[in-house]
Amino acid sequence: MRTRLQNWTLLLGSAALLAFPSASSAQLTTFDLETRMGAESHVGNITGHAKDAKGDYRRYCVGCHGTLGDGNGEVAPWIDPKPRDFQLGIFKCRSTPTGTLPTDQDLFDTIARGLDRSNMPQWSTFTKQQRADLVAWVKHFSPRWTNEKPGTPIQIPPEPEVTAERIKAGRDVFARVQCWKCHGVQGMANGPSASTLQDDLGRPIQPFNFTDGTRPKCGDTDQDIYRIFMTGLDGTPMPSFADNIKPDEAWDLVFYLRTFMAQKSKEKELAKQLSLKPVDPNAPVAQQ
Amino acid sequence: MRVSSSFYLRNIFRFATSFAAVALVLASVVVTCSQPANALPAFARKYGLRCSACHESWPMLNYFGQKFKDNGYQLMNDRDAPIWQNPSYWPVVFRITPIWHRVSTGKVEVDTYSSVGGVPTPTGSAIQRISSSGFDLSGLDFHTGGTLEKNISFYLLPSSDSTGAFHFEQVFVRFDNIAHSPWLNFKMGRFELDNLLSEKRILTLTGNGGVYQTYHFIPQGDGNIFGQIGDNQLGMEYMGHSVDDRTRISASLLSSSDGNVGLSTTANAYTGFVAASQAFDAGRLGVQRLGFYAMAGEASTYYLTSGGGIPIPGSGIGNKGFSREGFVGQFYFGPHVGLTVVTQHGSDNVWFGQGYGNAEATDGNGGTTCTTPIPNGCPPNNVPGTTLPAGSQAPSWNGVTAEGHYIYSPQLIFIGRYEAERMSQQANGNICGGVACPSNLGNISTYTIGFRYNPFMTSRAGLAWHNEYNWLHQDGTGPANLTTGALTNINTGEILIGLDFDF
Repeated sequence: MRTRLQNWTLLLGSAALLAFPSASSAQLTTFDLETRMGAESHVGNITGHAKDAKGDYRRYCVGCHGTLGDGNGEVAPWIDPKPRDFQLGIFKCRSTPTGTLPTDQDLFDTIARGLDRSNMPQWSTFTKQQRADLVAWVKHFSPRWTNEKPGTPIQIPPEPEVTAERIKAGRDVFARVQCWKCHGVQGMANGPSASTLQDDLGRPIQPFNFTDGTRPKCGDTDQDIYRIFMTGLDGTPMPSFADNIKPDEAWDLVFYLRTFMAQKSKEKELAKQLSLKPVDPNAPVAQQ
Repeated sequence: MRVSSSFYLRNIFRFATSFAAVALVLASVVVTCSQPANALPAFARKYGLRCSACHESWPMLNYFGQKFKDNGYQLMNDRDAPIWQNPSYWPVVFRITPIWHRVSTGKVEVDTYSSVGGVPTPTGSAIQRISSSGFDLSGLDFHTGGTLEKNISFYLLPSSDSTGAFHFEQVFVRFDNIAHSPWLNFKMGRFELDNLLSEKRILTLTGNGGVYQTYHFIPQGDGNIFGQIGDNQLGMEYMGHSVDDRTRISASLLSSSDGNVGLSTTANAYTGFVAASQAFDAGRLGVQRLGFYAMAGEASTYYLTSGGGIPIPGSGIGNKGFSREGFVGQFYFGPHVGLTVVTQHGSDNVWFGQGYGNAEATDGNGGTTCTTPIPNGCPPNNVPGTTLPAGSQAPSWNGVTAEGHYIYSPQLIFIGRYEAERMSQQANGNICGGVACPSNLGNISTYTIGFRYNPFMTSRAGLAWHNEYNWLHQDGTGPANLTTGALTNINTGEILIGLDFDF
């Protein structure tokens, strides 16, 4: 017959065994997330509250991004590119320097703009309040938001007039910083490194094809393109060129990249008039 | 024998206790069975979104779903063309609903008999209520739709009645975003009109509650079946919208056939339908939308005949006019409560009011032209020389539909609806035997309540446990009182429990 002590030992032992998996696992739990439900976002004069986005996240987002925001929703295995893992706090589309957190406005804009060539649609049907609430919800998944502050958005100088000289200068920048290694000499995503690229999680990833009529993921205005290569796309092989390209040169590069794009533009017309040749990958790299 | 008040109180208490117990069990089922609501088959398989992303509750669209539809079933993420799909992808879904329902119709005139010397002997007739119940089936729908190519979309919906007799409920090809503009979209075929409150996505299934009375109301004796904006129509539609779908406009040119194929009715007569709406961001309340619609058209009242009065299909002439117009409001009071209101003012030409116009045996889904010579089996024919009965006037009416939703979660929705159709001018003439009709003749009031619970939905299938009650009252359309000859009212009630599933 068991003594009372034996019974207590058995009970406590069982309890310890049951508790062990959660105690030993570093994985985020819904309990952890509940403690972060006070997360807020600030976009203009709107304050978003994570707790108010719970229903919208469940209705619209959880299928891809998962209950824990880890990008492991039930449809994640079938879609490519894979959904963002919010727990990492790493985002492609930012106005802030590489390695830093995006601003609330960046996340707010991404939700409305969607991400082309992915399963992330444009959620422009939401009210601004809904989007702000969802920004707060996204933030509550990662401890980075409690330990760090977003970076300071980069300064984008006013856009200069497009000229033939600037387009030619942009081509030189394209050659010098070796954009062609991934994007190809004609922007067709067929550079020598294109097939070897992987994201930070080791998954294959393709460089952007400027010529097929699709839009860059983080926006297709000139300012957006400027911002993309000056901040980089964190989590991907696309680095920030903020240390390699001067602001004025960055505009030249924007104009040159426009000459690849399918959409009609002044840059394309000028490039045609110039009979501009693609960069020569075998030419010696010009020094800045 | 008198029953004490405490007896009533005890019974009320027992009833309340039982009701609470049932409610508790149901609530337990709801809570314990709750699983994530996954994607709806046809489009969800393509885009990987949960069905709740596009549907407030399947099949009713939410704002994002409306935008998806307006974009030609495209997310506009450069993955819309079918070339992006696995070659085995086949966007097809079937939907059918096994049900149990009980229908109770008041005031039906029935033959009566008595036994005279052991022989059944007719004794005349009586008016009584008929109630019937049993297990049943809905019709079967095969939905297939999507994109043929980027910015060219299609929809094909062969649909059957509950006996398996098929017709094409919806067939169209749509050219989307012409010249990269969301303001330029055209489609042609058989399609639902651009109704913000879509009858084809209605959440209720009973005979009278499964349609919007406001979309189908016709005055007593009226022969114009062509103004039913709830029916899918044959024609072409221009549609335009802003990128975020806040602003929407559409205009359709339709054959005045109520969707019947084969030019069998009023060939050469056309109807126009326009709709426009604007949505507003109301902060925490949600996106509110206000709009209007208008339908104006002509349909024939005179069919050429042969063989002693049999209508020749497609020979309709003598067109007369009709119109329907109204406002639509979609209001949200936070994430859980929504209210949609549709109003309508309708009017028909005086000839329609006297029964001229419809030479179809049925409306909408595959009707055939009547074959019995006029006037025995067909509607009246406005042949040359026909004059209107004395006192005839153009019928007109007003209607309203108010449908509220409480969305507990994407998996559970409660529905309540009230509809009222009120005649403002009766046709008179022959409709009431040469005397003025009662002002309320044909008026309809109807209530529908219900809830739909989706215990699960996957990207392969969907299932809703459907529960609904509808009550409809119509003035003056019952059998005449056998003693006084006065018109009587009809009350019809239906309760329905079903398993609405698709795969």
